[in-house]
Amino acid sequence: MSENQPAQPAESFEPKVVALCCTYCAYTAGDLAGSMRLEYAPNVRIVKILCTGKVDAILLLRAFEDGADAVYVAGCALGDCHFQEGNLRAIQTVAHAKKLLAEVGLEPERLEFFHVPASAGPLFAQRANEMTDRARKLGPNLLRRSARQPAGGKLAKPPDAHPPLPQAKLGRLVHQADRTDVSTGGPAAPGDLPTGVQA
Amino acid sequence: MVAAFPESFVRKNFVVTAEVGPPKGTDIAQLIHHIELLKDKVDGLNVTDNQSSVMRISSLAICRVILDHGGEPILQLTCRDRNRLALQSELLSAWVLGIKSVLCLTGDYVSVGDHPQAKPVFDLDSVQLLQTVALLNQGKDLSGNDLSGKTDFFAGAVVTPEADPIEPQMLKFRKKLAAGARFIQTQAIYDLDKFREFMARVPRDGVKIMAGIVLLTSAGMAKYMNKNVPGIFVPDHLIQELSQAEKGKAIEVGIRIAGRMIRELRDKKLCDGVHVMAIGKEDRVPDILKAAQ
Amino acid sequence: MIVAQRKPLDQIEAMLAGFEKILIVGCGTCVAVCMAGGEKEVELLAAQLRMKAKLEGKPRTVDEITITRQCDKEYLDQLARFVAEYDVILSAGCGAGVQFLAERYDDKLVLPALNTLFIGVAEGPGTWSQRCTACSECILDQTGGICPMTICAKNLLNGPCGGTNHGKCEVDGEKDCAWTLIYRRLEKLGRLDLLEKIQAPKNYAAMAKPGRYSHEAFQQADTQE
Repeated sequence: MSENQPAQPAESFEPKVVALCCTYCAYTAGDLAGSMRLEYAPNVRIVKILCTGKVDAILLLRAFEDGADAVYVAGCALGDCHFQEGNLRAIQTVAHAKKLLAEVGLEPERLEFFHVPASAGPLFAQRANEMTDRARKLGPNLLRRSARQPAGGKLAKPPDAHPPLPQAKLGRLVHQADRTDVSTGGPAAPGDLPTGVQA
Repeated sequence: MVAAFPESFVRKNFVVTAEVGPPKGTDIAQLIHHIELLKDKVDGLNVTDNQSSVMRISSLAICRVILDHGGEPILQLTCRDRNRLALQSELLSAWVLGIKSVLCLTGDYVSVGDHPQAKPVFDLDSVQLLQTVALLNQGKDLSGNDLSGKTDFFAGAVVTPEADPIEPQMLKFRKKLAAGARFIQTQAIYDLDKFREFMARVPRDGVKIMAGIVLLTSAGMAKYMNKNVPGIFVPDHLIQELSQAEKGKAIEVGIRIAGRMIRELRDKKLCDGVHVMAIGKEDRVPDILKAAQ
Repeated sequence: MIVAQRKPLDQIEAMLAGFEKILIVGCGTCVAVCMAGGEKEVELLAAQLRMKAKLEGKPRTVDEITITRQCDKEYLDQLARFVAEYDVILSAGCGAGVQFLAERYDDKLVLPALNTLFIGVAEGPGTWSQRCTACSECILDQTGGICPMTICAKNLLNGPCGGTNHGKCEVDGEKDCAWTLIYRRLEKLGRLDLLEKIQAPKNYAAMAKPGRYSHEAFQQADTQE
């Protein structure tokens, strides 16, 4: 069911799951799950975002392009969004991104939106387990073989001291390399499917 | 020489027309059977024009077939499939083939038929088509050219007495009259009180109005029409009457209902005639006419 | 503005068969507004194309550039220094933009990433609807600001037809009957008199394709020496 990747040590596949959690509800629930000492799958990497409404489809696609096996967006319950309609936007964005993934040939079930209220510590753990399980059953994301980094917990590059303001980039060419390679690794050759772990 | 259909309004107090639909194909045996059955029982026989946007033999050809069998045809011409050149050409062709009455319609949209990807034409609308007929009758075409020989069509149009809202419909009705409509065949009616109200508000000068009668074959058909056909409303009491019929005998009730309506329209002089539509059941039209006696 | 929709990915993939180095050219005007071919959509499409190629083991490089518009030569000129390196250009502009790009760089195959739909307006976030057919003879003054050429499926100038159904169109029960709308609007404005006149048949010669128009301010004028 799960394929062994040639360059990785021979072990059964451990999914890499990314959870985009909103500050006011889902992340708070995650905090609570921690305080309650609830055990849940360690495969989940939690990303704290201010509001799920901030999530853009490209963020979700990028996560899969970089090798995530499953991604979920966890936001407030309906009517509870601190920013009014952020979670409603996120639900639509996730639905759209699922269609985009299906077009590419990735299973849309790898992506999901969940409502996780701030007080729902156990639910937070439950969803984490659920998505990890789903990823395990679906098998590894084949794009991980060519992803830019092994996602071993090291940041691709140091965080910006001052995040750049969005700029109109009309007329500026963006190479594939700018999108897919870390500045330290140098541009990958087109069509390259690296099997080894990048330094 | 005045054609039989327009002349019947002069000779009689109540004119009756019916309708035949050309087949989808070249086998006209059934059609001829219906023509023979009906030609002497009605004052005019409409031939539909790719009705419901389903491709069939053209009305023009079948009108000629009716003439060949001694019947009186009424050409139905819609704006869906032909631009203004083709429409004028079709009208001149009809005249030359002996067809003297024409019903001018907008036509259903292509999406409801069996060639939904076709390009809808609608170069003219029904009002402009009536104006075109009037021009041809004066020996001129739409560009103002003189024709070598003119037509003398008896032109008609359709109106929906139970349109909701009714005001835009009445506005269009007045335009059709101004454009030259001399006879009207209405959309199917079932409520004679509403029809009487309608007739009270329409201009009657210079135009003959015939009520549309569509044969109901079952309660199911009545409900379907209520739900799906704009401007047709079958009242509950008629649906009741149909559903109380014996199994397989609902059509007999439908015939009785149609006959009853025609009788009342005629006896109470509510209009100038009726146009009987029995699509797929043309062979029962004589029974409807008998039930109306 | 012009409203367009991105083609399904499988259609775009079929067009790109056999090509390796792809440049997606986005447009920052109409199609950016309707979220079909602007910078963000180009980024999404590029990501999808890369992912698909990798999953299928195909060599592919996808670069992106979004210019202000593809219907003005000055902006297309900005692409001159890049175009030569690519096997194919995928334009995320409207049909006009794709053609102008193809004309300008006629030694490169230029493919359309979008289907151009209509001239329309934004009803709300994510929904656009057609308002104008570009018929070259605007009669909105006579119909209370509602276009019968566009909103009426049959483009009737003397409507409504017999298919009007409680203010909805027989063709699509979700769509309004243009002529009922026109009647109600003119009724509200107290100008039903505008509907009394029979409208003459439309002059389709005004819409002859392909259209071409030169502004009066740019005409050659004779001057006296």
